[in-house]
Amino acid sequence: MSLGTTASQTVGPYLHIGLTWLVTDNLVAPGVTGDPITIEGRITDADGKPVDDALIEIWQANAHGRYAHPDDARDLPLEPAFKGFGRFPTNPDGAFRFTTVKPGPVPAPRGGVQAPHISVTIFMRGMLKQLTTRIYFPGDPANAGDPVLQCVPAERRDTLVAAPLREGVLRWNVVLQGRGETVFFEY
Amino acid sequence: MTSRPANLDQPQLAGYRPADRGTQPDYLYPPYASTVKRSPSQPLVRLSASLSEVTGPLFGFDVIRANDFDLTKQHPGEPIGERIVVSGRVLDANARPVASTLVEIWQANAAGRYPHPRDRHDAPTDPNFTGCGRTLTDAQGRYRFVTIRPGEYPWRNHYNAWRPAHIHFSLFGPAISTRLVTQMYFPGDPLLEYDPMYTSIPDERARRRLVSVFDWETTIPEQALGYRFDIVLRGRDETPMENDLPRGGRP
Repeated sequence: MSLGTTASQTVGPYLHIGLTWLVTDNLVAPGVTGDPITIEGRITDADGKPVDDALIEIWQANAHGRYAHPDDARDLPLEPAFKGFGRFPTNPDGAFRFTTVKPGPVPAPRGGVQAPHISVTIFMRGMLKQLTTRIYFPGDPANAGDPVLQCVPAERRDTLVAAPLREGVLRWNVVLQGRGETVFFEY
Repeated sequence: MTSRPANLDQPQLAGYRPADRGTQPDYLYPPYASTVKRSPSQPLVRLSASLSEVTGPLFGFDVIRANDFDLTKQHPGEPIGERIVVSGRVLDANARPVASTLVEIWQANAAGRYPHPRDRHDAPTDPNFTGCGRTLTDAQGRYRFVTIRPGEYPWRNHYNAWRPAHIHFSLFGPAISTRLVTQMYFPGDPLLEYDPMYTSIPDERARRRLVSVFDWETTIPEQALGYRFDIVLRGRDETPMENDLPRGGRP
């Protein structure tokens, strides 16, 4: 038996009323392994205009590469203080900023390793269903063998890799459309 | 055969089936004007299920407060408007209940106004109504909210544009692959066929599934009309996908 999936609809301009009660922009708490790292950036549209009414959600493994989820039953440390989930809106400049720890590598389908990455889901007015993408970490040797980065055209790969800004801070921007358009996924 | 660290071994993973053809809007739908500058122009890159996509945040009762499900009881006074009960089940496409999943809703007040700095509609706000609720589904996937019927309101998408009455819904399900944000509409609303958000859904049956049904069973005598809105999230494949290597962009 297969039921028809419910259609997606936009979050609209007033998403803050329903969704910002759960804002989580700092995933680091006492007892969490890993150095805190801040990632900041901006979302812009086809005209380069900042998107000031977006909401971002992130999902990631902990520093050991373990997801806080029953489907990840591998024998790796789980840290109760690290949920792996974040949610934050963009500000009037289209900017966002969150603090987390770098996740460990996680398995790839059919063996192999995925380089450390953060899964990103984006909602906004003018978007009838969410966009999904990933953030990778600059200079990680595992990036070269990452099966997801490899299936992205080489000239667009850097849209998925954050850039070092200063000690402990990375920059990662989202371009919705046009020059430098971010690679978005479906899965 | 090369050896790998044991902690990277995993059994083959079953992924979540894509939604049926036509049941989801495209990113670009020009009748909804804001999609024009905010939709990607490049094809999405299709990923096969890895641990990253079949996991996702899970929430417990620790994030829910007692009156979160009852939007009429979140302030000292009663909100203006017609009290309604909105309830239903969250299932996956395999017809299995999605238990203990977070359901978030938000909506306009009875006059069609949101208490939001960007809502400039000339209609009264209601000091006794914020329009924000949340709950967890039970073991059978059931949820229930008490609220007031939201009003229709104008927007500036096109000349004389009005949104049909609606309630925004946000659901997680078991994985980031099952994340869904949608809107529930009301039966018989004459504005639906003129609404580009509603008409962005290609499949007529999929559109109609966003329209709640009036429900005697959940109607409370002398108190509130009941509306039923069932939600179906993506279903998981029974077996791991055959072709589970990431592929390039689809045509």
